Amino acid sequence: MTTRVPIVEKILSANDHMAEENRARIESAGVFSINLMASPGAGKTSLIEQTLSRLKDILRVAVIDGDIATSIDSDRAAAAGAQTAIQINTGGDCHLDAIMLRSALDQLDLTKIDLLIVENVGNLVCPASFNLGTQRSILVASIPEGDDKPYKYPGMYRGVQVLIVNKMDLLPYVPFNMDYFRKGLEVLNPGVVTFPLSCKTGEGIDAWTDWLVGQVKVAT
Amino acid sequence: MHELSVTQSILDISLRHAKEAGAKQITAINLVIGEFASIVDDSVQFYWDLLADGTIAQGAQLHFERIRGEMTCTNCKHSFHPKETDFTCPNCESQFVQITKGDEFRVDSIDVE
Ligand SMILES: Nc1nc2c(ncn2[C@@H]2O[C@H](COP(=O)(O)OP(=O)(O)OP(=O)(O)O)[C@@H](O)[C@H]2O)c(=O)[nH]1
Ligand SMILES: [Mg+2]
Ligand SMILES: [Zn+2]
Repeated sequence: MTTRVPIVEKILSANDHMAEENRARIESAGVFSINLMASPGAGKTSLIEQTLSRLKDILRVAVIDGDIATSIDSDRAAAAGAQTAIQINTGGDCHLDAIMLRSALDQLDLTKIDLLIVENVGNLVCPASFNLGTQRSILVASIPEGDDKPYKYPGMYRGVQVLIVNKMDLLPYVPFNMDYFRKGLEVLNPGVVTFPLSCKTGEGIDAWTDWLVGQVKVAT
Repeated sequence: MHELSVTQSILDISLRHAKEAGAKQITAINLVIGEFASIVDDSVQFYWDLLADGTIAQGAQLHFERIRGEMTCTNCKHSFHPKETDFTCPNCESQFVQITKGDEFRVDSIDVE
């Protein structure tokens, strides 16, 4: 005889709960925060550097960098003008989770910050499943990765509110069908706010930083 | 990737509750998955077949119930089904909204013998 045993237990309950706490904490401090996700080498840290070079004199920016082992990226963010740059070493984990973000928040004075940028571990799968508690999740795609990535990583492409397409300067050199890319994107995440840009040439960066400044104003 | 550890969590939870209930065999796992949860059914069943091998959950069927997403504005408390891109409150245009439905990823119940 079969009987049904009620359980009602959340699989990622611990993480979700913590993310909500993080978000409440960030929002109540009037800070706007973003979670940058991308494959390794897509240009997350380069984008942070470009963003800082334009905004460091008008906004107080903190950067939290998630990496498996090194502090290379947080050193780059500090050199580029971040008011605070904190490294989280995940010790092998493929993604940041809300508990890691909380311990980084403990090292920050949120009242002295306008914008918080979190750089997630380079990975197109796992970070999408772990809420951190930031107001926006942002995917940094890049041209050399290829135009089929929305089709291959739908969870990531569906789960973000903003898409950056970096390394636009490489478009003439790499086979990349923008129509095919956009078609996949439209199905998964129709009308997603998109910023095509190049961290190398600076093309398109202003539109991105204008958007960011607008969001910070709303959050304050 | 971490679907493996997620599947392991489902198995752990199921086995723990089956033991408490004194069950000899788990025949089905009833999962509730929201629109915003990014897990794919196929891969969970795939890992399940590997991980549950040799346990009382071996051969159990995974059932997925899908939940439509909903957000609630923290400013005016308005609840709405968001466009997949624009999470702004359609009522007061506040940016501060919370997901109130659609993030479900839970083991709802198990069927045991
Ligand atoms: N041509 C070109 N190269 C770029 C651009 N943006 C970044 N790069 C290069 O891409 C490489 C990786 O950039 P990073 O910013 O370190 O990438 P990341 O996503 O932070 O990498 P991980 O943190 O290791 O995952 C570097 O060699 C950058 O100089 C761009 O717009 N155009
Ligand atoms: Mg980096
Ligand atoms: Zn509202």
